[in-house]
Amino acid sequence: MFGPLNVNPLKSKSGKTGSWRTMLRPHYLHKDCIACRMCLMICPEGCVHGKEKNTFWVDYNFCKGCGVCADICPKKDIAMVSEESKGKD
Amino acid sequence: MKQFVEGSHAVAEIIKATNPGVISAYPITPQTHIVEDLAQMVANGQLKSQFVNVESEHSAASVVLGASATGVRVYTATSSQGLFYMQEVVFNIAGMRLPVVMTCANRAISAPINIWNDQQDSISLRDAGWFQIYAEDNQEAVDFHLIAYRLAEDKRVMLPVMVCMDGFILTHGMETVDMPEQDKVNKFLPNYKPLYKLDPASPISMGLLADPDYYMETRFAIQETMKESIGYLSEISREFNTVFGRDYKDLLVEEYQTKDAEKVIVAMGSVCGTIKEVVDQQRAKGKKVGSLRIISYRPFPYARVYEALKDVPRVAVLDKAVSLGAYAPIAVEMKAAFYGKKKGPKVISSFVAGLGGRDITLESIDEVFRRLTVKEVNSDFIDLKPELLKEEYGD
Amino acid sequence: METNALFRPGHTACAGCGQAIAARLVIEAAGANTIIANNTGCLEVFSTKYPETAWGVPWIHSLFENSAAVASGVEAALKFLGKKDSINVIAQGGDGGTGDIGLQALSGMLERGHDILYVCYDNEAYMNTGIQRSGLTPFDTNTTTSPMGSGSSGNIRPKKPVPEICLAHGISYVATASAGFPQDLTRKVKKAISIKGPKYIQVHVPCPLGWRYETNQMLPVAKLAVETGLYPLFEYENGVLANRKQIVPKPVEEYLKSQGRFKHLLNNPEEIKKIQDIADNNIKKYNLKVEA
Repeated sequence: MFGPLNVNPLKSKSGKTGSWRTMLRPHYLHKDCIACRMCLMICPEGCVHGKEKNTFWVDYNFCKGCGVCADICPKKDIAMVSEESKGKD
Repeated sequence: MKQFVEGSHAVAEIIKATNPGVISAYPITPQTHIVEDLAQMVANGQLKSQFVNVESEHSAASVVLGASATGVRVYTATSSQGLFYMQEVVFNIAGMRLPVVMTCANRAISAPINIWNDQQDSISLRDAGWFQIYAEDNQEAVDFHLIAYRLAEDKRVMLPVMVCMDGFILTHGMETVDMPEQDKVNKFLPNYKPLYKLDPASPISMGLLADPDYYMETRFAIQETMKESIGYLSEISREFNTVFGRDYKDLLVEEYQTKDAEKVIVAMGSVCGTIKEVVDQQRAKGKKVGSLRIISYRPFPYARVYEALKDVPRVAVLDKAVSLGAYAPIAVEMKAAFYGKKKGPKVISSFVAGLGGRDITLESIDEVFRRLTVKEVNSDFIDLKPELLKEEYGD
Repeated sequence: METNALFRPGHTACAGCGQAIAARLVIEAAGANTIIANNTGCLEVFSTKYPETAWGVPWIHSLFENSAAVASGVEAALKFLGKKDSINVIAQGGDGGTGDIGLQALSGMLERGHDILYVCYDNEAYMNTGIQRSGLTPFDTNTTTSPMGSGSSGNIRPKKPVPEICLAHGISYVATASAGFPQDLTRKVKKAISIKGPKYIQVHVPCPLGWRYETNQMLPVAKLAVETGLYPLFEYENGVLANRKQIVPKPVEEYLKSQGRFKHLLNNPEEIKKIQDIADNNIKKYNLKVEA
């Protein structure tokens, strides 16, 4: 008989940690982006995706709103906006 | 093939025959000869295992844990303080359901420091979720290691096994042993095929955090597997007998002249040889005595013990360990086997002997039979030297 | 949801966790053909709570102090199977699990010469259990077991020099890195992986909760540690200092101001001077100052 033991990552659920955000969320302006990829590298969740200039986006299901991406962007192309704000995705 | 050989060397030879992938151990008397012999075999190119000389027993157990998790057969050996130092890893290995096989060369526990034989070390880890089987002689020490791998790696089991052999008495004793031939070993023990392993081709996470919603079932599962394994032990014993021609019956107990016995001594390990000798002597004088040897200490064979001794009026349990502040370990199991049952001994007396390697002689066993009267005793020490005891500390 | 990411979102690290950033960069740099042995600690707890796992590579956790030994076993098994050349082995843990309770296992692994990269995520305290002081907690830091009080200005001992201890084992690659310098960390991991034998990288990972700063300040905090000389970034190859991040040194007070765990020092010039001395020693020892 076996109990809970090992977990296969392909079968593993992922909690939607986006629910942690209460105050701010990152809004990618897609204006001056130079595709340096720093936002993608620095995200603790790994929920920033993108490749070419002005294509970077955040998976809000997982973003905890820490604001490090907005802080690291050399072109200030990411703004931290209120979580309440609508239609800013 | 029969050889006159030191117990440690015989164990090293049989481990070589199982071709483990990784061997890792830390030196501690009296396990040293086993590991030294294995190191020599590797150095001579006779054994292809990775031999990892670690900086502590905690790491020795951790190394075999990591290697077993990577899907190879592993081996380690230790005693006494070493076993205690690796205790948390020992529990970890069972909890992670890894089929590690370890030799415990039974030795007394500090303090005071003592390198000679008793069974306190392995008995103190009885809750860990490892199988514990105790050898009486070096033939069993050899055979039980083969059985250990077969049991541990069984897909229905996947639990680690501790083969216990009395330090010095068996490890450093020379006996005639029928060493299993390689082709027969290969027949009895197939190559290890892991049920799960660390492999980039198919990644898994092992050793996760299990909160109160998940933890208890892991322990329940091990408990159930141990219960199921009582049956597997018989199955494996039959297979072993078919291949090697040695019959260990159900690998749970060995009954010696218990059928019509009025007094029986229960014990584990090499002391049972001495006990059987005394049984023969006393039987020759017409006394109806017998002995019951516990082979599998974990899982403890309660039903089998009941069956063997339910008609014996007086039973003495000889522990080579003590649970300070409570009844001796095997004695407790024996009493539990009969409590609330319709039949059973009228007296189950508990004796402690051989701690720290104090010799258990034929006279010692005579003494146990003598003290097995209608009056039940608990943790009665045999061969104690009262002149060494004083009420107050000081000269 | 990325199904081929090696460290997936959905884990329960604090928002802005420096260790999560570093751990993801490390495994992305090492690649999918990697097996990880992880000590108990923040990273292990937030990334693998049954039945969830954030790891897309084979990953094993055993105990608090033995990832170096478990990794040694993994490496030995791979050698036996003839697979070591195509699979990387990483052992990782926090500062306490590496430099305190795990020092024995780490030393053994280094001494035996296993082909393993050890990564230490240094957030300078036992964070997972509640911000207790470790051997790598810097001098005068306020932690729960080295609290500042009327009779104390925090941790009374200097930071244990674990990279130097590793260097003393004669291994061919020892480096420090920082979550505030992600490309540098990535480069160092890739370089380490390409070398055979034991390697050690210690990554400075800011902890917003334990160090007390706003989550979006991770980068400035991490950079100030390096730019004051308090956390020198260097690489030793074959026992020789091969590379260090040169700085225009900033006064330590800027770094101390940036976090709540040093707040008690701000009106204590005597203590600030002691910390400045530590920084100045590092600057001298590693020749950190940018040449004029």
